Amino acid sequence: MDTPLRNPVRSIFEKTMRDDSVIVNIGPSHPATHGTVQIITELDGERVLRTDVHCGYLHRGFEKECEDHTWHNLIPYVDRLNYCSALINNFAYCDAVEQMMGVEITPRARYLRTLLAEYSRLADHLTCVAASLMELGAMTAFLYLVMIRDYIYEHIADLTGARVTYSYGRIGGLARDLPTGWTTRLLEILDQYEDFIDRVHGLVDRNRIFIDRMRNVGVITTADAINWGYTGPILRSTGVPRDLRKDTPYLAYAELDFEVPIGIKGDNYDRYYVRMREMDESVHMIRQLVDLLPAGPINVDDPRCVLPEKSLVYAEIESLITHFKLIMDGPRVPAGEIYVAHEGANGELGFYLVSDGSGTPYKVHVRAPSFVHMGGAHLMLNGGQLADIVPTFGSINMIGGECDR
Amino acid sequence: MACPIFDTLRQQLVPVAGPATLSPGLLAFTLTPAELLPTVQRLKGEFGFDLFLDVTAVDWLGQEPRFEVVYHFYSTVHKVRVRLKTRVREDDPSVDSLVSLYGSAAFMERECHDMYGIVFRGNADLRPILLYEGFVGHPLRKDYPKQQEQPLVPYRS
Repeated sequence: MDTPLRNPVRSIFEKTMRDDSVIVNIGPSHPATHGTVQIITELDGERVLRTDVHCGYLHRGFEKECEDHTWHNLIPYVDRLNYCSALINNFAYCDAVEQMMGVEITPRARYLRTLLAEYSRLADHLTCVAASLMELGAMTAFLYLVMIRDYIYEHIADLTGARVTYSYGRIGGLARDLPTGWTTRLLEILDQYEDFIDRVHGLVDRNRIFIDRMRNVGVITTADAINWGYTGPILRSTGVPRDLRKDTPYLAYAELDFEVPIGIKGDNYDRYYVRMREMDESVHMIRQLVDLLPAGPINVDDPRCVLPEKSLVYAEIESLITHFKLIMDGPRVPAGEIYVAHEGANGELGFYLVSDGSGTPYKVHVRAPSFVHMGGAHLMLNGGQLADIVPTFGSINMIGGECDR
Repeated sequence: MACPIFDTLRQQLVPVAGPATLSPGLLAFTLTPAELLPTVQRLKGEFGFDLFLDVTAVDWLGQEPRFEVVYHFYSTVHKVRVRLKTRVREDDPSVDSLVSLYGSAAFMERECHDMYGIVFRGNADLRPILLYEGFVGHPLRKDYPKQQEQPLVPYRS
């Protein structure tokens, strides 16, 4: 007969702290957690005494696999880190490699990357807010937001050919230029976004049920948030305007006019509202970028990393050789190391790359915001109600792909 | 980029922490494992590096000492980063844990222990986090074969 399966997780709670408390396991596959995560809780009635958060169920050896492929081949892999805003991962990774190679991307690529990063942030926040609202029963608001998100997905699919995992960034530029009429549809979607986001504000902002479930739930202080490595909307919801787009501007952010929304006390309501306000800022930035977008090439003219035109590959031997060497050996990245961080939708998304001078990376490490946030999640869950675990966990917006890598 | 905090750090830390290299927005130090904890204490206490971003390791198989443990810190005051690197030997891959200084160290050190087998002295909870209980070996070490399988659930034949 089959031997019983070993338990993949050993809880830190060997026994309960008190005689009248119980240990309850939630997850890893639970209908109310969007993301495969296991939370072992000790409960006093419905009150959470302590929690032990486990991730890793989506671990697929991303960093190991990266050491076996050329620098270009990693682009589809980094898509699958935060799959709600895959373009931000793409651009952060490409930026890191470009900085190692000393490549400066063209102005059009720089503005287009900024635009698409903000568009992705919009889609990511829409997903997070929509799912959090749905978990509290706000089905109409969920449908409004997900409808806009789907317009965005389809619209990005017109550009990249894929709905979720785009693989659109390239070392030295982008895969292709905008199709005709793309920005016209973009502005249409932004108008629709504003219409529907107003309705969502009207439905939930002052809704008694919503406020009761969100206000003063899952509170985290600024000091705790910084000590536990929190970045992004969660840190900003505690009241500090820490945003890499302002603090260490990259891409075209230095030239844009935008605000960094902050919360008051770092509870679920603040996290909801910070995300809602950030979406408005993203829309504001996208509109500026549409006007600023310069004409010109989208890829740098650098045979070390950019593939030659397909027509030339078939017509002349030099281009054929370049193409062959770039595909088979990969672009040669000078030996060294780099840490490049972009403001991801959830926080600081950092790439630590080590090269030994060959066409494949020696090491790729991702500083994934979701993973760090899971490390401090117990601060927000402990002391709350069992039923509040779901909205609090939703407001952290843990993305399994980047958390577990 | 002119950055006063980097000048201060160079003056204050180079005598104890060894040579520093500067890249845009980031100052890197290479130091010995014994100097790590005192240096981080000063970084946090005196120089305002309040955000512990990341810890990972690099396996330089064939070199001695084999492992390089890499730390990244950020200062929300000065808006710059510091990287600390320290080398540990294969037969004693241990460094001091930073859990006494930063809460975020707990999870990140667990991951680094999972992947490279680095032992963080003082971190009481080094249970597997991305891997599972009973996993043999450390997959990101260069001598761990990429194709090696350790299925938790036996494959159906």
